[in-house]
Amino acid sequence: MDYYLQILTNVGIFITLTLSLNLINGYCGQFSLGHAGFWGVGAYASAVYGVFFALPIDPSLNMLISILIGFSAASLCGLLIGVPCLRLKGDYLAIATIGFSEILRIIIMNTESVGGPRGFTNIPKWTNSFWVWGIVALTILFMLNLKRSAFGRAIISIREDEIAAETMGVNLFSFKLFSFIIGAGIAGIAGSLVAHDQQFLHPNNFNFMWSVCILVMVILGGQGSVSGSIVGAVILTILPEILKLVNSDIATWRVSIYSALMVILMLTRPQGIFGPHEIFEKHKAKIS
Amino acid sequence: MSALIEVNQVTMKFGGLTAVKDVSFSVGSNDLIAVIGPNGAGKTTLFNMITGIYEPSSGEIKLLGEKISAKKPSDITDLGIARTFQNIRLFNNLSVIDNIKIARHTRIHYSFFDGIFRTKKFKNEEQLITQESLELLKLFHLDDKKNYLAKNLPYGAQRKLEMARALATKPKLLLLDEPAAGMNPTETKELSELIRFIREKFQIAIILIEHDMNLVMEIAEHIHVLDYGNLIASGAPREIQNNKKVIEAYLGAEV
Repeated sequence: MDYYLQILTNVGIFITLTLSLNLINGYCGQFSLGHAGFWGVGAYASAVYGVFFALPIDPSLNMLISILIGFSAASLCGLLIGVPCLRLKGDYLAIATIGFSEILRIIIMNTESVGGPRGFTNIPKWTNSFWVWGIVALTILFMLNLKRSAFGRAIISIREDEIAAETMGVNLFSFKLFSFIIGAGIAGIAGSLVAHDQQFLHPNNFNFMWSVCILVMVILGGQGSVSGSIVGAVILTILPEILKLVNSDIATWRVSIYSALMVILMLTRPQGIFGPHEIFEKHKAKIS
Repeated sequence: MSALIEVNQVTMKFGGLTAVKDVSFSVGSNDLIAVIGPNGAGKTTLFNMITGIYEPSSGEIKLLGEKISAKKPSDITDLGIARTFQNIRLFNNLSVIDNIKIARHTRIHYSFFDGIFRTKKFKNEEQLITQESLELLKLFHLDDKKNYLAKNLPYGAQRKLEMARALATKPKLLLLDEPAAGMNPTETKELSELIRFIREKFQIAIILIEHDMNLVMEIAEHIHVLDYGNLIASGAPREIQNNKKVIEAYLGAEV
């Protein structure tokens, strides 16, 4: 039972992460490959609070404070990285963000007080399914409401055509930075959930491969689609577990199966499962 | 009458190339003027300077007395200048109506939190935006296509949508960059009526870049001619037609 509950918790955490990257990558069209870095910063910041500064109050209040700390720390990193990096475009931005997230990871790796390469232990268990799924629900609501407001439209217009967006009165830099900061912050909240759920953190759990993994979830579901991010995160979190259950030999092949799936998807549906759409949409755009 | 926009001795240099040199003119609040000239004369560069995409190397541009030549494009749109592009730049993967709604961006009064919590203020204003956007589409006969993706519209309709989108920013000055490019004579005829209609309906000034001389001579009240970045002539259409320098620029000098 615990095993299934753990998978469910992981699903929730990855939905949050995927949605937060979807804001940067799907809505705003900025190709960021350093998302695991923000996730890690949020996780470690929350863990530091939990281990060294925890107040003698109710765990759920502590969890709330921890989430706020995770959010602030990660969005601060988003701000610091975003200001220089968002002047870059496309591949260059991707490389710069990889670089920064690796720097963050290596700083953590070399900080003795948070365990360094041994990992960070004894983090208090403050979270539960209620917290995880509460955060998931809030993030979904935030993303959907943002998409339907003028601010979401402005962010999406940047993805479509930067020059046209600018000429229509959208301040490119501030909206890019906004999506970067909020996206990083939500990833930080996901980090906070991980820290207080697993009670153990290791810097390598936040390396480049995880950034790619989150990106794959976004692309599988469809860039710009909230429903897509949910489905993408669910499929790619549960799939390896199913492969493990069916036959443990297959589990060793899971990375290959992943890649094969991605190739098939890109050949048959390059826009992702949902494209930019949602499951329920009042007015679906007509094809011709 | 004070001018809506004043262009004062504006020069734009790209490295060693001077694309626009010492150009000055002004436009009144309901004028319809045209900028013509051979390819590479600096017409689009001029538009890019007015809309803030380029910052002039020297000289200044004033809108209603306020200097705009060092401002961001988004701030200039906010002040009341809108444009279309020579090569159409719509938000291709968004619906026709969303293209219009985005252009309302600088005219939004609700805050970010109103949008996230879907307050009454947000709902009322969004309703108003939808309604106004539909009215605008109706003027351009695009309302029945409001849920089409912009990229799936026929070429002529895309040009119209781009104009509608520019008007949705509620501009005081509209810049049209080759609106008749790729259109047949019937469509061009419709376009000239449309441009006149826009000016009357919205009471705005229009600057037009165009190669189609029939269109220019028919609708422009005043024409500026650029050649190699220099303003070589300006005047009423008939004066321009007989101007020796203009004929030389287009056809070459007599030997």
